[in-house]
Amino acid sequence: MEQQLKQLEQEALAKIEAASNLKELNDVRVAYLGKKGPITDLLKGMGKLSPEERPKMGALVNTVRENVTNQLEARITILEEQAIQEQLEKESIDVTLPGRKIRTGNRHPLTRVIEEIEDLFLSMGYEIAEGPEVEKDYYNFEALNLPKGHPARDMQDTFYITEETLLRTHTSPVQARTMEAKKGEPIRIICPGKVFRRDNDDATHSHQFMQIEGLVIGENIRMSDLKGTLDALAKRMFGEEREIRLRPSFFPFTEPSVEVDVSCHKCGGTGCNVCKQTGWIEILGAGMVHPNVLEMAGYDSKKLSGFAFGIGAERIAMLKYGVDDIRHFYTNDIRFLSQFHRTEE
Amino acid sequence: MLVSLNWLKQYVDIHGFTAEELAEKITRSGIEVDAVIDRSQGMTNVVVGYVVSKEKHPDADKLNVCQVEVGEGDVRQIICGAPNVDAGQKVIVALPGARLPGGIKIKKAKMRGQESNGMICSLQELGVEGRVVPKAYADGIYVLPEDAVPGSDALELVGLRDTVLELGLTPNRSDALSMLGVAYEVAAILSREVKLPEVKYETTYEKAEDVLNLRVEAKENPLYAAKVVKNVKIAQSPLWLQHYLMAAGVRPHNNVIDITNYILMEYGQPLHAFDYDALKTKEIVVRLAHEGEKIVTLDDQERNLKAHNLVITNGIEPVAIAGVMGGANSEVTENTTTVVIESAYFEGLSVRRTSKEIGLRSDASARFEKGVDPNRVIPAAERAAQLLAELAGGEVLEGTVLVDELDKTPARVVVSPDFINARLGMKISLEDMLSILNRLQFDVEAANGLLIIDAPTRRQDIKIEEDIVEEIARLYGYDEIPMTLPEGNDQVGGLTPYQAKRRVARNFLEGAGLYQAVTYSLTSEELSQKYALKAEETTKLLMPMSEERSTLRQSLVPHLLESASYNVARNAESVALYEIGSVFLGKTAEDLPYEEEHVAVVVTGKWVDNAWLGEKVNADFFIVKGILEGLFEKLGLQNRISYAKSTVDGLHPGQTADIFLDGEKVGIIGGLHPVERKNLDLKDTFIAELNLKAILTATGEELVYTPVPRFPAMTRDIALELDRAVPAGEIIDIIRKAGTKLLKGVNVFDVYEGEKMAPGKKSVAFSLTYFDPERTLTDEEVVNAHEKVLKALVETGAEVR
Ligand SMILES: [Zn+2]
Repeated sequence: MEQQLKQLEQEALAKIEAASNLKELNDVRVAYLGKKGPITDLLKGMGKLSPEERPKMGALVNTVRENVTNQLEARITILEEQAIQEQLEKESIDVTLPGRKIRTGNRHPLTRVIEEIEDLFLSMGYEIAEGPEVEKDYYNFEALNLPKGHPARDMQDTFYITEETLLRTHTSPVQARTMEAKKGEPIRIICPGKVFRRDNDDATHSHQFMQIEGLVIGENIRMSDLKGTLDALAKRMFGEEREIRLRPSFFPFTEPSVEVDVSCHKCGGTGCNVCKQTGWIEILGAGMVHPNVLEMAGYDSKKLSGFAFGIGAERIAMLKYGVDDIRHFYTNDIRFLSQFHRTEE
Repeated sequence: MLVSLNWLKQYVDIHGFTAEELAEKITRSGIEVDAVIDRSQGMTNVVVGYVVSKEKHPDADKLNVCQVEVGEGDVRQIICGAPNVDAGQKVIVALPGARLPGGIKIKKAKMRGQESNGMICSLQELGVEGRVVPKAYADGIYVLPEDAVPGSDALELVGLRDTVLELGLTPNRSDALSMLGVAYEVAAILSREVKLPEVKYETTYEKAEDVLNLRVEAKENPLYAAKVVKNVKIAQSPLWLQHYLMAAGVRPHNNVIDITNYILMEYGQPLHAFDYDALKTKEIVVRLAHEGEKIVTLDDQERNLKAHNLVITNGIEPVAIAGVMGGANSEVTENTTTVVIESAYFEGLSVRRTSKEIGLRSDASARFEKGVDPNRVIPAAERAAQLLAELAGGEVLEGTVLVDELDKTPARVVVSPDFINARLGMKISLEDMLSILNRLQFDVEAANGLLIIDAPTRRQDIKIEEDIVEEIARLYGYDEIPMTLPEGNDQVGGLTPYQAKRRVARNFLEGAGLYQAVTYSLTSEELSQKYALKAEETTKLLMPMSEERSTLRQSLVPHLLESASYNVARNAESVALYEIGSVFLGKTAEDLPYEEEHVAVVVTGKWVDNAWLGEKVNADFFIVKGILEGLFEKLGLQNRISYAKSTVDGLHPGQTADIFLDGEKVGIIGGLHPVERKNLDLKDTFIAELNLKAILTATGEELVYTPVPRFPAMTRDIALELDRAVPAGEIIDIIRKAGTKLLKGVNVFDVYEGEKMAPGKKSVAFSLTYFDPERTLTDEEVVNAHEKVLKALVETGAEVR
């Protein structure tokens, strides 16, 4: 019997060793350890043994059982590991293939420039004022110290709708309307928007473009405030190292009037193609609000003063991003638009 | 304005500064110098030559073989093709090695077998603009005066050793439209003196007023001065004068015309010269024209005059259009002997109107328009008399024939130094202010803490205190202004709710995969109302530049489609754009169109394209609808929006819907009609346009937290067989109405139209979600609620499968 048992053990261990998958192992388990297996049969046959032999045989059977069970489990572990290994191999991918695209769009570069300027001024307590694109001659010209027949009206060719209405040539009429509505109260606004001039569209001209104007009116608003404000604007748009300089100029709605140059962001001021070797680039026009403009809107020009400035979004975008043709902003070529997806720097 | 520095030096000392330094100073303190032009353009080896002999070239008809002396004993053979070259002339010679403008290098050469050691030059070859070269030399070489010395520098002799500053004048600085005006400006900048020309001449015993009668019958002409000069000899002007004129961009003609032009440039006062004998009547009458009156002007054009045009007449007929152009009937010719010089003040508005109507703008009319210096009108006439005597051998009759009612008092401005400093944010001393005003030659007196200033009449831009602020600041230096920020602000600032929501909408649309486009507001009349949510009276330009940009748009879609088409034509596989912009509808009480902000979307081509994954989705209606639904949800409006099938011209009749907010139409969505697709060369293309103003001003529900459900939801599915034409939306409405308050959601999860269905039928499956936030529902409760829904559906005739 003992010999029989040893033989069974040998057989079982051999089959365990030979099993290549979990099912075969299970068959082995059922065959040798199951209720109908030979070891169980042997146990059942123990009753025929003498009482002295019984414990000895019992111990032996248990040892065999244990041995087979252990081997079985060890083998299961190995096979399971193998199975996982196989699964991992089967599931492995080429991680260098491109990912599933997330569709995203982005802002138009002009909006990007305008929002950047808006955000700067919002942080300084300004509000954003908007107004109609079709304007009355009064708000576009007359309220801005440009009466009918004024020679400076030649400076900007205008699309008229009727004798008295037109497509605004700047966003200044929004300033005029705001002043009228505020009835003598202090003002701090910027006015972004579309404006129109009679120009043939080419690389540097566009009959429609975007302007951002600013207006501050209050007690004791000084030209130094204008200079400080524009310095902050230049630094925000073109970098902390930028400096500005003012040059005398003329606009009918401001006195004194200035053109504002910023030190060249390309060469830092030493001279290059962008700045035409001067180290400076003209970026905007500004000035102290003309007393006639204040008075016409019902402000006491002896008590209150103000400054105003106007900047072209296209010009800023062209300088900032090196865009060479203004028409790019209006053809909406995806290959152009999509370049303004990323953050700067 | 072109300012020759050689000429400018006659009035102000500019030594010690290079042209560039001077230009920089002028620009920084007031007048922009657009260009610094070296008239010599780096030319070398250009000398005076004497044409010793001229012979025909043996082998070329049009060429001459000239022997030219270019220095003592230095005679060279030069081939010249100019028709006017001749022996005995002094000419300009570019020697071998010379560099001329335009990169031309002169070398020894053989021309048809004959050696040529240089080139005899025209002024154009020296870089002078053809339009200012005297007519006599316009088509040939320039001939120098007889006393020119062979071998000496020819550039000096023709005035090209000079630098010209090109001033970009703003309309307020018309004072700088004259050499004297520029001299005053430069003198102020450099703190130097102005030397005015000394005007002295002899007169005859005969008096001007005895030979010329003057009447002024129009208020547009408050000052008219006339000088009469006899025995004038019409000839070429001296070279210096011709060269100054050419440097200023004016073509020399003859001494009389040149003198008037010279004084125009020197004083900024336009003059006109009449042939006294051609006037015939010994009379000048200034008056308004008769309606329909005619005059042939100097350019041989017949002009029709209107009753508001100011004219100079001989008492019978017009002889000049005041301030604009003279008449051919009184023109100075070679045979003129007696000249009447007119120096007048014509009102700017009148001249401006007339010159615009006639389409004639000249150096003279431009100066009248801006307003000439009242105190320089009579001096200019005196200066003309002097030069006619000196340069044309004329005899000036005594006195000036004059009508003068012009106010010539300077403008007085009273301003306090404190005001100036307050406006600038500076602390400029009174001494410094006085010094600046003195440099400007403003008449100033300081009294009782005030500056009392009489600005010279040449500076007509100085009228108010702020003008003085500017004068002080620009000459003190804008660099000296400190940098501060406005004080005392009690405004918080920030975006309005509308502006903030517009940014949210932009962010959402971009996150959804759309690029922001910007297109033109002006379009053609044809496109102006296409796809419009509501077509109303259009707004058209009075004088459009083209039909394509003649009318303001009422929909953003046409230009967005053009952009899509533009991209597809350049092989873009996928185009997804949105635009936010105004449309222009009808008219408001202000007589302006009503401007409504809209947003439009266009999607065409592949929406999803992950080729190696085999995932491709083409643009379709539901992509665009999904984007809109997302936007409405973002704005908290999803439960107030509904869609109804509709038709719009240009859109697919089976794929178009109107969009409603609380029952009001606020948008359209649809597929592009196949015909339109073909026209634009687009594949499946879908658009939407919303009245953004309506959507952003609709107040969404207040954002208040609702507890996260703690009890499980139960779902029940329903499959219905419906007529193909029945919209799923209607069924959802029925389900929503019939469901009790336990019904919390209805979702379509399957739509089937195919062979397994009867013709004209479709199957739509809905998933209904029931829950109660307070407790777990029992089966029975759900069954009861669901029964009600089923019953309602059956009542409407739907077949539950
Ligand atoms: Zn640079």
